Amino acid sequence: MIEFRDVSFSIDDRPILTRVSFNVERGQTRVILGPSGSGKSTILRLLIGLWRPDSGSIVVDGEDITQVTPERMREVRKRMGMVFQQGALFDSMTVGENIGYTLLEDGHDEVEIEEAVRTYLLQVGLDPALADRMPDELSGGMQRRVAIARALAARNPDVLLYDEPTTGLDPQSAERITDLIVQLRDTMGKTSIMVTHDIADAFKVGNRVTVLDRGMVVFEGTPAELTEASNAFIGEFLAPFRKAVAAASRRMDTRGLGVGGPGPQHQPGGNP
Amino acid sequence: MEALAAVGNRVRRILETVQDVTLFCVSVIRSAFFPPYYKHEILEQVHFAMIGSMFIVMFSALVAGQALAIQLARELAKTGAKSELGHFMVISSVRALGPVLTGIVVASRMSAGITAELGAMKSSDQIDALVAFGTDPLKRLVAPRMIGLWIALPVLTVVGDALSVIGGGFVGLGYHVTFQSYYNGVAKYLTPTNLLVGMIKPVFFAVLITTVACWKGLTSAGGAKGVGVATTQSVVISSVGILVTDFISTKLIFRVLGW
Repeated sequence: MIEFRDVSFSIDDRPILTRVSFNVERGQTRVILGPSGSGKSTILRLLIGLWRPDSGSIVVDGEDITQVTPERMREVRKRMGMVFQQGALFDSMTVGENIGYTLLEDGHDEVEIEEAVRTYLLQVGLDPALADRMPDELSGGMQRRVAIARALAARNPDVLLYDEPTTGLDPQSAERITDLIVQLRDTMGKTSIMVTHDIADAFKVGNRVTVLDRGMVVFEGTPAELTEASNAFIGEFLAPFRKAVAAASRRMDTRGLGVGGPGPQHQPGGNP
Repeated sequence: MEALAAVGNRVRRILETVQDVTLFCVSVIRSAFFPPYYKHEILEQVHFAMIGSMFIVMFSALVAGQALAIQLARELAKTGAKSELGHFMVISSVRALGPVLTGIVVASRMSAGITAELGAMKSSDQIDALVAFGTDPLKRLVAPRMIGLWIALPVLTVVGDALSVIGGGFVGLGYHVTFQSYYNGVAKYLTPTNLLVGMIKPVFFAVLITTVACWKGLTSAGGAKGVGVATTQSVVISSVGILVTDFISTKLIFRVLGW
């Protein structure tokens, strides 16, 4: 459905992406993983046509979008919904106006928009009463969910693009967001690309993973294949994740949740 | 040799910026004449520019008109031509002082607001979000601001002209210029042509203010500090630009009218 073929992009002669290739099948979630500054978000900006690549092609449903007119690109964009880093909600509009933005642009009447806002707020697990609130009155996690609702309301797109959707959120809010992304893929069959530097999110959400290092693809495969990859960069990149998994495993053992001895609640003076 | 290359690069960058700003200005003017029109945004901008600037324009014009009248009345008294105060006040206020003063007051207020708002939207990805949802930021954000100023600035200029002339009349009373002789001078020289000259300039000022303020906002970078720098530059360039535009448009109008 989406294919990047040898895409290169630079800003002021500074290479951002070099010969990046991957594809995303319909109904699949592709995770673009990499450290900050590796060019991950650039991929999404190229895909929605905010920037044009220096070379290579980006094919969406058989159409090379690097060769289309701005008018045609506007039509292509209508099939995609984007969730920006930090949400990028329009801060001069209420939550409801944000979600109903594209519906209003498309000429839908007030009753239809109100109904859609209610539906999409419920779908992302938010109270419809929040529709009259301003974005800055919501928590970071709620803002991201509103951003997802806005992307869904944008002409019910086939493709959803997530730019670091869990960055800066507490673990509980981040988990709610990733649960929602998985749910949208599994129940609505949305094709998605998620950009993240969080390995745990990548493993939870992705069908396939592309790892970038300084604008170049260093790995492409399933999450399971990623854990077995022998590349030095990937080993280094995964090290904190492996340590975290090992530490969590040790904690579980200590608390008696794993294979080890009794948990603290069973020990004299243990913290319940 | 290196210094020469650096100067060459700087000149090239300036020329590229001038070219980009000119193309941006042409695109904005073009987008203001073709649908879709965002009526709600246009009304909001007219309200923000006109109602929001009304008091400060009225106050500035009244004070500036009085200051001008004091100078004119003293000089005219020396030649025994005090009765010409109304005539001179109309010419200087309606043709020159009114439009420029209103332009500078509105430029300071509006360009700071526009640049800061668009800069904040850009740094929080809201501009990209508009594009991603199929909206042309020129149509939605820039054109309404230009149309709003096209409507608000001429009205504010007329109000400013009136307050300036009225202020001059009060000063004239202090210099023994009767209300009747002041009124006669005003009525005689407040011709449609003079009014038109004063009304054309704000149209150019609106293009200048919108182009500079929106360009600075949309190209700002570097977070809150970058937006602050862009806002300061926007106010300075718009204010100085008003004076330059006034000079050019005056020459142009005089040539067209054969004065």
